[in-house]
Amino acid sequence: MLQARLRKSFVPRPDSAGFTLDLEFTATAGVTVLFGPSGAGKTLVLDSVAGFTQPDEGRILLDNEILYDAAAGVHLPPQKRNCGYVFQNYALFPHMTLRENLAFAAERKPRLERHRRVHDMLEKFRLTEVSGRRPHEVSGGQRQRCCIARALIGEPKLLLLDEPATGLDAVLRAEFYEVLRQVRCDFSTPMLLVTHDLTECFELGEEMLILHAGKIVQKGTPRAVLDEPATLEVARLLGAFNLLECEIRTLDPGRNTSRLQVGEFELEGPYFPGHLKGDHVTLCVRPEQLKVSARNGKPGLNQIPAALLRAVERPHGLRLEFSGGGIPGPVRVTVSRADYERQRDNREWVIQFPAEALRVL
Amino acid sequence: MMIDWFPLWLSLRVALLSTALAFAGGLWIAYLLANRQFRGKDALDAAVTLPFVLPPTVLGYYLLVLLGRASPLGKLWEAIFGSPLVFTWKAAVVAALLHALPLLVKSARAALESVDRSYERAARNLGASEWKLFWRVTMPLAWRSILAATVLAFARSLGDFGVTLMVAGNIPGRTQTVAVAIYQAVESGDGALARTLVLIVSAAALLLLTLANRLSPTRL
Repeated sequence: MLQARLRKSFVPRPDSAGFTLDLEFTATAGVTVLFGPSGAGKTLVLDSVAGFTQPDEGRILLDNEILYDAAAGVHLPPQKRNCGYVFQNYALFPHMTLRENLAFAAERKPRLERHRRVHDMLEKFRLTEVSGRRPHEVSGGQRQRCCIARALIGEPKLLLLDEPATGLDAVLRAEFYEVLRQVRCDFSTPMLLVTHDLTECFELGEEMLILHAGKIVQKGTPRAVLDEPATLEVARLLGAFNLLECEIRTLDPGRNTSRLQVGEFELEGPYFPGHLKGDHVTLCVRPEQLKVSARNGKPGLNQIPAALLRAVERPHGLRLEFSGGGIPGPVRVTVSRADYERQRDNREWVIQFPAEALRVL
Repeated sequence: MMIDWFPLWLSLRVALLSTALAFAGGLWIAYLLANRQFRGKDALDAAVTLPFVLPPTVLGYYLLVLLGRASPLGKLWEAIFGSPLVFTWKAAVVAALLHALPLLVKSARAALESVDRSYERAARNLGASEWKLFWRVTMPLAWRSILAATVLAFARSLGDFGVTLMVAGNIPGRTQTVAVAIYQAVESGDGALARTLVLIVSAAALLLLTLANRLSPTRL
Protein backbone atom coordinates (compact mmCIF):
# COMPACT_ATOMS: atom_id res chain seq x y z
CA MET A 1 0.00 0.00 0.00
CA LEU A 2 1.25 3.44 -0.89
CA GLN A 3 0.51 6.44 1.26
CA ALA A 4 1.73 9.78 -0.01
CA ARG A 5 1.49 13.35 1.11
CA LEU A 6 3.38 15.65 -1.21
CA ARG A 7 4.02 19.32 -1.60
CA LYS A 8 6.32 20.85 -4.16
CA SER A 9 6.37 24.39 -5.41
CA PHE A 10 7.89 25.88 -8.49
CA VAL A 11 8.35 29.62 -8.32
CA PRO A 12 7.03 31.60 -11.29
CA ARG A 13 9.70 32.50 -13.82
CA PRO A 14 9.56 34.88 -16.73
CA ASP A 15 9.19 31.93 -19.07
CA SER A 16 6.94 29.74 -16.93
CA ALA A 17 4.06 30.19 -14.55
CA GLY A 18 4.39 29.04 -10.97
CA PHE A 19 3.03 25.66 -9.99
CA THR A 20 2.31 23.99 -6.68
CA LEU A 21 1.74 20.31 -6.22
CA ASP A 22 -0.11 19.71 -3.00
CA LEU A 23 -1.92 16.44 -2.48
CA GLU A 24 -2.44 13.41 -0.35
CA PHE A 25 -3.59 9.99 -1.42
CA THR A 26 -3.50 6.28 -0.73
CA ALA A 27 -3.16 3.57 -3.35
CA THR A 28 -4.05 0.03 -2.35
CA ALA A 29 -4.05 -3.22 -4.33
CA GLY A 30 -5.30 -2.98 -7.89
CA VAL A 31 -4.98 -0.06 -10.26
CA THR A 32 -5.17 3.52 -9.06
CA VAL A 33 -5.47 5.98 -11.91
CA LEU A 34 -4.11 9.51 -11.78
CA PHE A 35 -6.25 11.33 -14.28
CA GLY A 36 -5.81 14.91 -15.32
CA PRO A 37 -4.94 17.29 -18.14
CA SER A 38 -1.36 17.96 -19.24
CA GLY A 39 0.45 20.03 -16.66
CA ALA A 40 -1.72 18.89 -13.76
CA GLY A 41 1.29 17.33 -12.03
CA LYS A 42 0.58 13.65 -12.72
CA THR A 43 4.09 12.71 -13.81
CA LEU A 44 5.53 14.79 -10.98
CA VAL A 45 3.66 12.55 -8.54
CA LEU A 46 5.12 9.42 -10.15
CA ASP A 47 8.62 10.91 -10.19
CA SER A 48 8.33 11.85 -6.52
CA VAL A 49 7.29 8.32 -5.60
CA ALA A 50 10.03 6.79 -7.76
CA GLY A 51 12.60 9.16 -6.25
CA PHE A 52 13.55 11.08 -9.39
CA THR A 53 12.29 14.32 -7.87
CA GLN A 54 12.43 15.46 -4.29
CA PRO A 55 9.28 17.12 -2.95
CA ASP A 56 9.57 20.14 -0.66
CA GLU A 57 7.41 18.70 2.07
CA GLY A 58 5.49 15.59 2.92
CA ARG A 59 5.96 11.89 3.40
CA ILE A 60 5.81 8.82 1.20
CA LEU A 61 5.20 5.43 2.76
CA LEU A 62 5.26 2.17 0.84
CA ASP A 63 4.18 -0.85 2.88
CA ASN A 64 5.28 0.96 6.04
CA GLU A 65 8.73 1.68 4.65
CA ILE A 66 9.55 5.38 4.56
CA LEU A 67 10.66 6.40 1.07
CA TYR A 68 10.55 10.08 1.77
CA ASP A 69 9.98 12.13 4.87
CA ALA A 70 10.75 15.82 4.79
CA ALA A 71 10.53 16.16 8.58
CA ALA A 72 12.96 13.30 9.23
CA GLY A 73 15.17 14.23 6.29
CA VAL A 74 14.71 10.87 4.56
CA HIS A 75 14.95 10.77 0.77
CA LEU A 76 15.80 7.29 -0.50
CA PRO A 77 17.54 7.21 -3.88
CA PRO A 78 15.55 5.61 -6.73
CA GLN A 79 17.75 2.49 -6.47
CA LYS A 80 16.48 1.72 -2.98
CA ARG A 81 12.77 2.32 -3.52
CA ASN A 82 11.80 -0.88 -5.24
CA CYS A 83 9.10 0.70 -7.38
CA GLY A 84 8.75 -0.67 -10.90
CA TYR A 85 8.43 2.08 -13.49
CA VAL A 86 6.95 1.64 -16.95
CA PHE A 87 8.16 4.61 -18.91
CA GLN A 88 6.18 6.33 -21.61
CA ASN A 89 8.78 5.40 -24.24
CA TYR A 90 9.53 2.10 -22.40
CA ALA A 91 13.24 3.02 -22.10
CA LEU A 92 14.39 -0.51 -22.89
CA PHE A 93 18.18 -0.43 -23.18
CA PRO A 94 18.75 -0.39 -26.94
CA HIS A 95 22.17 -2.07 -26.78
CA MET A 96 20.90 -5.12 -24.92
CA THR A 97 18.71 -7.98 -26.04
CA LEU A 98 15.35 -8.42 -24.35
CA ARG A 99 16.88 -11.19 -22.23
CA GLU A 100 19.76 -8.93 -21.20
CA ASN A 101 17.32 -6.17 -20.34
CA LEU A 102 15.55 -8.52 -17.96
CA ALA A 103 18.83 -9.89 -16.60
CA PHE A 104 20.05 -6.36 -15.90
CA ALA A 105 16.98 -5.78 -13.75
CA ALA A 106 17.27 -9.19 -12.08
CA GLU A 107 20.76 -8.51 -10.78
CA ARG A 108 19.52 -7.38 -7.40
CA LYS A 109 18.12 -10.87 -6.85
CA PRO A 110 20.33 -13.68 -5.51
CA ARG A 111 22.59 -15.11 -8.20
CA LEU A 112 20.98 -18.55 -8.25
CA GLU A 113 17.51 -17.16 -8.65
CA ARG A 114 18.26 -14.76 -11.52
CA HIS A 115 18.37 -17.19 -14.37
CA ARG A 116 15.13 -18.85 -13.41
CA ARG A 117 13.37 -15.52 -12.90
CA VAL A 118 14.43 -14.24 -16.31
CA HIS A 119 13.30 -17.50 -17.86
CA ASP A 120 9.93 -17.37 -16.08
CA MET A 121 9.29 -13.77 -17.03
CA LEU A 122 10.15 -14.36 -20.69
CA GLU A 123 7.74 -17.29 -20.65
CA LYS A 124 4.98 -15.46 -18.84
CA PHE A 125 5.12 -12.44 -21.13
CA ARG A 126 5.46 -14.57 -24.30
CA LEU A 127 8.93 -13.26 -25.15
CA THR A 128 10.96 -16.47 -25.14
CA GLU A 129 11.21 -16.69 -28.91
CA VAL A 130 12.41 -13.12 -29.38
CA SER A 131 14.52 -12.97 -26.22
CA GLY A 132 17.75 -12.80 -28.24
CA ARG A 133 16.67 -9.73 -30.20
CA ARG A 134 17.24 -6.10 -29.41
CA PRO A 135 14.31 -3.77 -28.66
CA HIS A 136 14.29 -2.20 -32.14
CA GLU A 137 14.07 -5.64 -33.72
CA VAL A 138 10.81 -6.65 -32.05
CA SER A 139 7.22 -5.49 -32.39
CA GLY A 140 5.67 -2.69 -30.37
CA GLY A 141 3.61 -5.16 -28.37
CA GLN A 142 6.69 -7.20 -27.48
CA ARG A 143 8.58 -4.08 -26.42
CA GLN A 144 5.68 -3.14 -24.22
CA ARG A 145 5.49 -6.56 -22.59
CA CYS A 146 9.24 -6.60 -22.10
CA CYS A 147 9.11 -3.25 -20.36
CA ILE A 148 6.44 -4.47 -17.95
CA ALA A 149 8.33 -7.73 -17.38
CA ARG A 150 11.52 -5.79 -16.68
CA ALA A 151 9.72 -3.56 -14.19
CA LEU A 152 8.21 -6.58 -12.41
CA ILE A 153 11.21 -8.91 -12.32
CA GLY A 154 12.65 -7.37 -9.17
CA GLU A 155 9.35 -7.97 -7.37
CA PRO A 156 8.57 -4.32 -6.78
CA LYS A 157 6.11 -3.33 -4.12
CA LEU A 158 4.46 -0.88 -6.49
CA LEU A 159 4.26 -0.48 -10.25
CA LEU A 160 4.24 3.03 -11.69
CA LEU A 161 2.99 3.53 -15.24
CA ASP A 162 3.45 6.84 -17.03
CA GLU A 163 0.90 7.15 -19.83
CA PRO A 164 1.98 3.78 -21.18
CA ALA A 165 -0.74 3.57 -23.82
CA THR A 166 -0.24 7.05 -25.26
CA GLY A 167 0.58 6.90 -28.92
CA LEU A 168 -0.35 3.25 -29.37
CA ASP A 169 -2.70 2.17 -32.12
CA ALA A 170 -6.02 0.61 -31.18
CA VAL A 171 -4.83 -3.00 -31.49
CA LEU A 172 -1.75 -2.47 -29.33
CA ARG A 173 -3.78 -0.54 -26.84
CA ALA A 174 -6.29 -3.36 -26.44
CA GLU A 175 -3.41 -5.82 -26.12
CA PHE A 176 -1.80 -3.63 -23.51
CA TYR A 177 -4.96 -3.48 -21.40
CA GLU A 178 -5.16 -7.25 -21.62
CA VAL A 179 -1.58 -7.60 -20.40
CA LEU A 180 -2.18 -5.23 -17.51
CA ARG A 181 -5.33 -7.09 -16.49
CA GLN A 182 -3.28 -10.28 -16.54
CA VAL A 183 -0.62 -8.62 -14.39
CA ARG A 184 -3.31 -7.56 -11.94
CA CYS A 185 -4.41 -11.18 -11.63
CA ASP A 186 -0.95 -12.78 -11.45
CA PHE A 187 0.90 -10.27 -9.32
CA SER A 188 -0.47 -8.59 -6.27
CA THR A 189 1.55 -5.46 -7.02
CA PRO A 190 -0.52 -2.30 -6.65
CA MET A 191 -0.31 -0.06 -9.71
CA LEU A 192 -0.35 3.68 -10.06
CA LEU A 193 -1.21 4.66 -13.61
CA VAL A 194 -1.04 8.12 -15.12
CA THR A 195 -3.35 8.90 -18.00
CA HIS A 196 -5.43 11.62 -19.57
CA ASP A 197 -7.68 9.15 -21.30
CA LEU A 198 -11.09 8.56 -19.73
CA THR A 199 -11.62 5.27 -21.54
CA GLU A 200 -8.39 3.99 -20.01
CA CYS A 201 -9.68 4.83 -16.54
CA PHE A 202 -12.70 2.65 -17.20
CA GLU A 203 -10.65 -0.14 -18.77
CA LEU A 204 -8.23 -0.44 -15.88
CA GLY A 205 -9.01 1.71 -12.91
CA GLU A 206 -10.58 0.62 -9.70
CA GLU A 207 -9.88 3.94 -8.10
CA MET A 208 -9.52 7.22 -9.89
CA LEU A 209 -7.85 10.37 -8.61
CA ILE A 210 -8.59 13.49 -10.61
CA LEU A 211 -5.76 15.98 -10.62
CA HIS A 212 -6.07 19.57 -11.55
CA ALA A 213 -3.39 22.23 -11.13
CA GLY A 214 -1.46 20.14 -8.62
CA LYS A 215 -4.42 19.18 -6.45
CA ILE A 216 -6.70 16.18 -6.22
CA VAL A 217 -10.15 17.51 -6.99
CA GLN A 218 -12.06 14.25 -6.73
CA LYS A 219 -11.52 10.57 -6.00
CA GLY A 220 -13.71 7.52 -6.48
CA THR A 221 -14.40 4.73 -8.92
CA PRO A 222 -14.51 5.89 -12.54
CA ARG A 223 -18.24 5.11 -12.65
CA ALA A 224 -18.96 7.12 -9.52
CA VAL A 225 -16.92 10.05 -10.76
CA LEU A 226 -18.68 10.09 -14.10
CA ASP A 227 -22.08 9.82 -12.43
CA GLU A 228 -21.42 12.47 -9.83
CA PRO A 229 -18.66 14.87 -10.79
CA ALA A 230 -17.94 16.81 -7.63
CA THR A 231 -17.28 20.19 -9.19
CA LEU A 232 -17.72 22.02 -12.44
CA GLU A 233 -13.95 21.75 -12.89
CA VAL A 234 -14.09 17.96 -12.75
CA ALA A 235 -16.99 17.86 -15.20
CA ARG A 236 -14.97 20.04 -17.59
CA LEU A 237 -11.87 17.84 -17.22
CA LEU A 238 -13.81 14.68 -17.92
CA GLY A 239 -15.11 16.32 -21.11
CA ALA A 240 -18.12 14.03 -21.15
CA PHE A 241 -20.93 16.44 -20.31
CA ASN A 242 -23.21 19.12 -21.64
CA LEU A 243 -22.64 22.02 -19.29
CA LEU A 244 -25.50 24.49 -19.52
CA GLU A 245 -25.99 27.61 -17.47
CA CYS A 246 -29.31 27.72 -15.66
CA GLU A 247 -31.14 29.21 -12.71
CA ILE A 248 -33.01 27.35 -9.98
CA ARG A 249 -36.58 28.65 -9.98
CA THR A 250 -38.16 26.39 -7.37
CA LEU A 251 -36.97 23.73 -4.97
CA ASP A 252 -39.35 21.33 -3.24
CA PRO A 253 -37.68 18.82 -0.93
CA GLY A 254 -41.04 17.34 0.09
CA ARG A 255 -41.93 16.16 -3.40
CA ASN A 256 -38.27 15.87 -4.44
CA THR A 257 -38.66 18.22 -7.36
CA SER A 258 -37.20 21.40 -8.65
CA ARG A 259 -37.61 23.67 -11.63
CA LEU A 260 -34.69 25.00 -13.63
CA GLN A 261 -34.69 27.87 -16.06
CA VAL A 262 -32.53 26.86 -19.03
CA GLY A 263 -32.45 29.47 -21.77
CA GLU A 264 -36.08 30.32 -22.48
CA PHE A 265 -37.45 27.06 -21.10
CA GLU A 266 -38.11 25.46 -17.75
CA LEU A 267 -37.09 21.92 -16.91
CA GLU A 268 -38.31 19.79 -14.05
CA GLY A 269 -35.60 18.03 -12.08
CA PRO A 270 -35.08 16.31 -8.75
CA TYR A 271 -34.53 18.23 -5.54
CA PHE A 272 -30.96 19.56 -5.33
CA PRO A 273 -29.78 19.58 -1.73
CA GLY A 274 -27.36 22.32 -0.83
CA HIS A 275 -28.69 24.80 -3.34
CA LEU A 276 -31.02 27.75 -2.94
CA LYS A 277 -33.82 29.12 -5.01
CA GLY A 278 -32.44 31.72 -7.41
CA ASP A 279 -28.97 30.16 -7.56
CA HIS A 280 -27.21 30.42 -10.87
CA VAL A 281 -25.80 26.96 -11.46
CA THR A 282 -24.58 24.74 -14.26
CA LEU A 283 -26.75 21.93 -15.51
CA CYS A 284 -24.58 18.90 -16.09
CA VAL A 285 -25.97 16.13 -18.26
CA ARG A 286 -24.26 13.53 -20.41
CA PRO A 287 -25.01 13.45 -24.15
CA GLU A 288 -26.14 9.83 -23.97
CA GLN A 289 -28.74 10.65 -21.31
CA LEU A 290 -30.62 13.02 -23.61
CA LYS A 291 -33.19 11.90 -26.14
CA VAL A 292 -34.38 13.58 -29.31
CA SER A 293 -37.59 13.30 -31.26
CA ALA A 294 -39.58 15.15 -33.90
CA ARG A 295 -41.33 18.23 -32.67
CA ASN A 296 -45.03 17.71 -32.47
CA GLY A 297 -46.82 20.93 -31.69
CA LYS A 298 -46.12 22.55 -28.35
CA PRO A 299 -43.06 21.07 -26.58
CA GLY A 300 -44.01 18.75 -23.73
CA LEU A 301 -42.61 18.47 -20.23
CA ASN A 302 -38.81 18.76 -20.11
CA GLN A 303 -38.61 19.21 -23.86
CA ILE A 304 -36.69 22.01 -25.52
CA PRO A 305 -37.14 22.67 -29.24
CA ALA A 306 -33.86 22.93 -31.09
CA ALA A 307 -32.36 23.00 -34.54
CA LEU A 308 -29.85 20.38 -35.65
CA LEU A 309 -26.48 22.03 -36.33
CA ARG A 310 -24.58 18.95 -37.41
CA ALA A 311 -24.32 15.21 -37.02
CA VAL A 312 -20.88 13.77 -36.30
CA GLU A 313 -20.21 10.11 -37.00
CA ARG A 314 -18.82 8.19 -34.05
CA PRO A 315 -17.58 4.58 -33.85
CA HIS A 316 -20.71 3.81 -31.86
CA GLY A 317 -23.66 5.82 -33.16
CA LEU A 318 -23.66 9.53 -33.83
CA ARG A 319 -23.22 12.71 -31.92
CA LEU A 320 -25.79 15.37 -32.79
CA GLU A 321 -25.26 19.01 -32.01
CA PHE A 322 -28.26 21.26 -31.50
CA SER A 323 -28.83 24.91 -30.87
CA GLY A 324 -31.96 26.67 -29.80
CA GLY A 325 -34.19 27.37 -26.86
CA GLY A 326 -32.10 30.43 -26.07
CA ILE A 327 -29.28 28.23 -24.79
CA PRO A 328 -25.82 29.60 -25.49
CA GLY A 329 -23.54 27.02 -27.11
CA PRO A 330 -24.51 23.72 -28.66
CA VAL A 331 -26.25 20.88 -26.84
CA ARG A 332 -24.73 17.51 -27.71
CA VAL A 333 -26.85 14.37 -27.87
CA THR A 334 -25.57 10.86 -28.57
CA VAL A 335 -27.93 8.62 -30.51
CA SER A 336 -27.63 5.18 -32.04
CA ARG A 337 -27.29 4.84 -35.79
CA ALA A 338 -30.75 3.21 -36.08
CA ASP A 339 -32.30 6.00 -34.05
CA TYR A 340 -30.72 8.58 -36.30
CA GLU A 341 -31.77 6.84 -39.53
CA ARG A 342 -35.37 6.82 -38.30
CA GLN A 343 -35.35 10.50 -37.46
CA ARG A 344 -32.98 12.08 -39.95
CA ASP A 345 -35.81 13.67 -41.93
CA ASN A 346 -37.28 15.48 -38.91
CA ARG A 347 -38.08 19.04 -39.88
CA GLU A 348 -38.06 20.25 -36.28
CA TRP A 349 -36.58 18.58 -33.24
CA VAL A 350 -37.13 18.58 -29.52
CA ILE A 351 -34.57 17.49 -26.95
CA GLN A 352 -35.93 15.53 -24.03
CA PHE A 353 -34.16 16.12 -20.70
CA PRO A 354 -35.09 13.18 -18.40
CA ALA A 355 -35.66 14.60 -14.93
CA GLU A 356 -33.64 11.86 -13.18
CA ALA A 357 -30.56 12.56 -15.33
CA LEU A 358 -30.28 16.20 -14.33
CA ARG A 359 -27.45 17.30 -12.04
CA VAL A 360 -26.47 20.80 -11.13
CA LEU A 361 -23.03 22.04 -10.13
CA MET B 1 69.74 9.77 -46.83
CA MET B 2 69.87 8.87 -43.19
CA ILE B 3 66.73 9.77 -41.30
CA ASP B 4 66.69 9.90 -37.55
CA TRP B 5 63.43 8.16 -36.61
CA PHE B 6 63.73 9.03 -32.93
CA PRO B 7 61.41 12.10 -33.04
CA LEU B 8 58.64 9.99 -34.58
CA TRP B 9 58.88 7.28 -31.96
CA LEU B 10 59.06 9.83 -29.19
CA SER B 11 55.99 11.64 -30.49
CA LEU B 12 54.12 8.37 -30.70
CA ARG B 13 55.07 7.46 -27.15
CA VAL B 14 54.19 10.93 -25.86
CA ALA B 15 50.86 10.95 -27.67
CA LEU B 16 49.89 7.46 -26.47
CA LEU B 17 50.72 8.25 -22.86
CA SER B 18 49.05 11.65 -22.84
CA THR B 19 45.94 10.25 -24.53
CA ALA B 20 45.71 7.50 -21.95
CA LEU B 21 46.02 10.03 -19.14
CA ALA B 22 43.56 12.40 -20.82
CA PHE B 23 41.10 9.54 -21.28
CA ALA B 24 41.15 8.57 -17.62
CA GLY B 25 41.04 12.13 -16.30
CA GLY B 26 38.89 13.59 -19.04
CA LEU B 27 36.20 10.95 -18.78
CA TRP B 28 35.94 11.55 -15.07
CA ILE B 29 35.73 15.34 -15.48
CA ALA B 30 33.23 14.93 -18.32
CA TYR B 31 31.12 12.66 -16.11
CA LEU B 32 31.13 15.26 -13.33
CA LEU B 33 30.23 18.06 -15.71
CA ALA B 34 27.47 16.04 -17.36
CA ASN B 35 25.88 14.56 -14.25
CA ARG B 36 26.59 16.51 -11.12
CA GLN B 37 25.60 19.90 -9.87
CA PHE B 38 28.30 21.47 -7.77
CA ARG B 39 29.76 24.85 -6.97
CA GLY B 40 32.42 25.96 -9.39
CA LYS B 41 31.11 23.75 -12.18
CA ASP B 42 31.24 26.61 -14.67
CA ALA B 43 34.71 27.53 -13.44
CA LEU B 44 35.93 23.96 -13.95
CA ASP B 45 34.40 23.91 -17.42
CA ALA B 46 36.14 27.18 -18.28
CA ALA B 47 39.45 26.06 -16.80
CA VAL B 48 39.40 22.86 -18.83
CA THR B 49 38.66 24.82 -22.00
CA LEU B 50 41.34 27.42 -21.37
CA PRO B 51 44.15 25.65 -23.29
CA PHE B 52 41.98 25.97 -26.41
CA VAL B 53 42.29 29.73 -26.41
CA LEU B 54 45.53 30.58 -24.60
CA PRO B 55 48.72 31.06 -26.66
CA PRO B 56 51.19 28.16 -26.32
CA THR B 57 53.77 30.47 -24.79
CA VAL B 58 51.39 31.39 -21.99
CA LEU B 59 50.62 27.74 -21.33
CA GLY B 60 54.30 26.90 -21.47
CA TYR B 61 55.10 29.66 -19.03
CA TYR B 62 52.46 28.40 -16.58
CA LEU B 63 53.82 24.89 -16.81
CA LEU B 64 57.35 26.07 -16.20
CA VAL B 65 56.25 27.99 -13.14
CA LEU B 66 54.08 25.13 -11.94
CA LEU B 67 56.42 22.23 -12.61
CA GLY B 68 59.85 23.89 -12.63
CA ARG B 69 62.60 22.68 -10.34
CA ALA B 70 61.90 25.47 -7.85
CA SER B 71 58.14 24.85 -7.62
CA PRO B 72 56.56 22.64 -4.95
CA LEU B 73 55.22 20.24 -7.58
CA GLY B 74 58.61 20.11 -9.29
CA LYS B 75 60.31 19.42 -5.98
CA LEU B 76 57.81 16.72 -5.12
CA TRP B 77 58.42 15.07 -8.49
CA GLU B 78 62.15 15.22 -7.98
CA ALA B 79 61.83 13.79 -4.50
CA ILE B 80 59.81 10.84 -5.76
CA PHE B 81 61.50 10.07 -9.07
CA GLY B 82 64.97 11.40 -8.37
CA SER B 83 65.16 13.58 -11.46
CA PRO B 84 63.50 16.82 -12.56
CA LEU B 85 60.38 16.79 -14.69
CA VAL B 86 61.00 19.77 -16.94
CA PHE B 87 63.17 19.33 -20.02
CA THR B 88 62.55 15.59 -20.13
CA TRP B 89 60.24 13.71 -22.47
CA LYS B 90 57.78 13.37 -19.60
CA ALA B 91 57.29 17.12 -19.69
CA ALA B 92 56.33 16.72 -23.33
CA VAL B 93 53.62 14.32 -22.16
CA VAL B 94 52.27 17.03 -19.83
CA ALA B 95 52.37 19.53 -22.69
CA ALA B 96 50.46 17.19 -24.97
CA LEU B 97 48.01 16.40 -22.18
CA LEU B 98 47.13 20.07 -22.02
CA HIS B 99 45.76 19.82 -25.55
CA ALA B 100 44.28 16.35 -25.38
CA LEU B 101 42.34 16.91 -22.16
CA PRO B 102 40.06 19.79 -23.23
CA LEU B 103 39.24 18.03 -26.46
CA LEU B 104 38.34 14.86 -24.63
CA VAL B 105 36.37 16.56 -21.88
CA LYS B 106 34.33 18.62 -24.33
CA SER B 107 33.49 15.74 -26.63
CA ALA B 108 32.96 13.16 -23.90
CA ARG B 109 30.67 15.49 -22.02
CA ALA B 110 28.59 16.06 -25.14
CA ALA B 111 28.54 12.32 -25.79
CA LEU B 112 27.46 11.51 -22.23
CA GLU B 113 24.80 14.19 -22.29
CA SER B 114 23.44 12.95 -25.60
CA VAL B 115 22.43 9.64 -24.03
CA ASP B 116 18.67 9.73 -23.48
CA ARG B 117 18.06 10.45 -19.79
CA SER B 118 15.22 7.97 -19.65
CA TYR B 119 17.72 5.08 -19.92
CA GLU B 120 19.55 6.39 -16.89
CA ARG B 121 16.29 6.84 -15.02
CA ALA B 122 15.30 3.30 -15.96
CA ALA B 123 18.63 1.89 -14.78
CA ARG B 124 18.43 3.71 -11.44
CA ASN B 125 14.85 2.59 -11.05
CA LEU B 126 15.96 -1.00 -11.62
CA GLY B 127 18.38 -0.72 -8.74
CA ALA B 128 21.59 -0.11 -10.68
CA SER B 129 24.34 1.72 -8.82
CA GLU B 130 25.81 4.83 -10.44
CA TRP B 131 28.89 2.75 -11.30
CA LYS B 132 26.89 0.01 -12.98
CA LEU B 133 24.74 2.61 -14.73
CA PHE B 134 27.81 4.33 -16.14
CA TRP B 135 29.64 1.26 -17.38
CA ARG B 136 26.68 -0.84 -18.46
CA VAL B 137 24.29 1.75 -19.87
CA THR B 138 25.78 5.18 -20.48
CA MET B 139 29.18 4.09 -21.82
CA PRO B 140 27.89 1.43 -24.21
CA LEU B 141 25.51 4.02 -25.64
CA ALA B 142 28.14 6.74 -25.91
CA TRP B 143 31.32 4.77 -26.62
CA ARG B 144 31.51 5.54 -30.34
CA SER B 145 31.54 9.28 -29.77
CA ILE B 146 33.96 8.96 -26.90
CA LEU B 147 36.31 6.77 -28.91
CA ALA B 148 36.14 9.26 -31.78
CA ALA B 149 37.05 12.00 -29.32
CA THR B 150 39.94 9.90 -28.03
CA VAL B 151 41.29 9.43 -31.54
CA LEU B 152 41.09 13.18 -32.11
CA ALA B 153 42.83 13.81 -28.82
CA PHE B 154 45.58 11.41 -29.89
CA ALA B 155 45.98 13.21 -33.21
CA ARG B 156 46.13 16.54 -31.45
CA SER B 157 48.74 15.45 -28.91
CA LEU B 158 50.86 14.00 -31.69
CA GLY B 159 51.47 17.45 -33.07
CA ASP B 160 52.03 19.85 -30.21
CA PHE B 161 54.84 22.29 -30.80
CA GLY B 162 54.86 25.47 -28.73
CA VAL B 163 54.26 24.18 -25.23
CA THR B 164 56.51 21.18 -25.80
CA LEU B 165 59.33 23.44 -26.92
CA MET B 166 59.00 25.55 -23.81
CA VAL B 167 58.77 22.84 -21.15
CA ALA B 168 60.59 19.92 -22.75
CA GLY B 169 63.03 21.85 -24.86
CA ASN B 170 64.68 20.70 -28.02
CA ILE B 171 67.25 18.10 -27.03
CA PRO B 172 67.86 15.80 -30.02
CA GLY B 173 67.57 12.17 -29.05
CA ARG B 174 65.93 13.01 -25.73
CA THR B 175 63.07 15.50 -25.93
CA GLN B 176 62.88 16.33 -29.61
CA THR B 177 59.38 15.40 -30.79
CA VAL B 178 58.49 15.30 -34.45
CA ALA B 179 56.97 18.79 -34.53
CA VAL B 180 60.07 20.24 -32.95
CA ALA B 181 62.30 18.19 -35.25
CA ILE B 182 60.52 19.64 -38.31
CA TYR B 183 61.08 23.14 -36.99
CA GLN B 184 64.76 22.48 -36.53
CA ALA B 185 65.09 20.81 -39.94
CA VAL B 186 63.58 23.85 -41.63
CA GLU B 187 65.74 26.23 -39.62
CA SER B 188 68.91 24.34 -40.48
CA GLY B 189 67.99 24.00 -44.15
CA ASP B 190 67.54 20.24 -44.13
CA GLY B 191 64.69 20.25 -46.68
CA ALA B 192 64.63 16.52 -47.27
CA LEU B 193 64.16 15.67 -43.59
CA ALA B 194 61.50 18.37 -43.16
CA ARG B 195 59.56 17.11 -46.18
CA THR B 196 59.67 13.48 -45.07
CA LEU B 197 58.51 14.23 -41.55
CA VAL B 198 55.83 16.66 -42.74
CA LEU B 199 54.43 14.05 -45.11
CA ILE B 200 54.42 11.34 -42.45
CA VAL B 201 52.73 13.56 -39.89
CA SER B 202 50.14 14.76 -42.42
CA ALA B 203 49.33 11.23 -43.51
CA ALA B 204 48.98 10.07 -39.93
CA ALA B 205 46.70 13.00 -39.06
CA LEU B 206 44.55 12.39 -42.12
CA LEU B 207 44.24 8.72 -41.27
CA LEU B 208 43.28 9.47 -37.68
CA LEU B 209 40.70 12.06 -38.69
CA THR B 210 39.12 9.62 -41.10
CA LEU B 211 38.97 7.04 -38.34
CA ALA B 212 37.43 9.53 -35.94
CA ASN B 213 34.83 10.48 -38.50
CA ARG B 214 33.97 6.85 -39.13
CA LEU B 215 33.50 6.26 -35.42
CA SER B 216 31.48 9.34 -34.71
CA PRO B 217 27.71 8.79 -35.02
CA THR B 218 27.33 12.43 -36.01
CA ARG B 219 29.98 13.58 -38.42
CA LEU B 220 32.47 15.94 -36.90
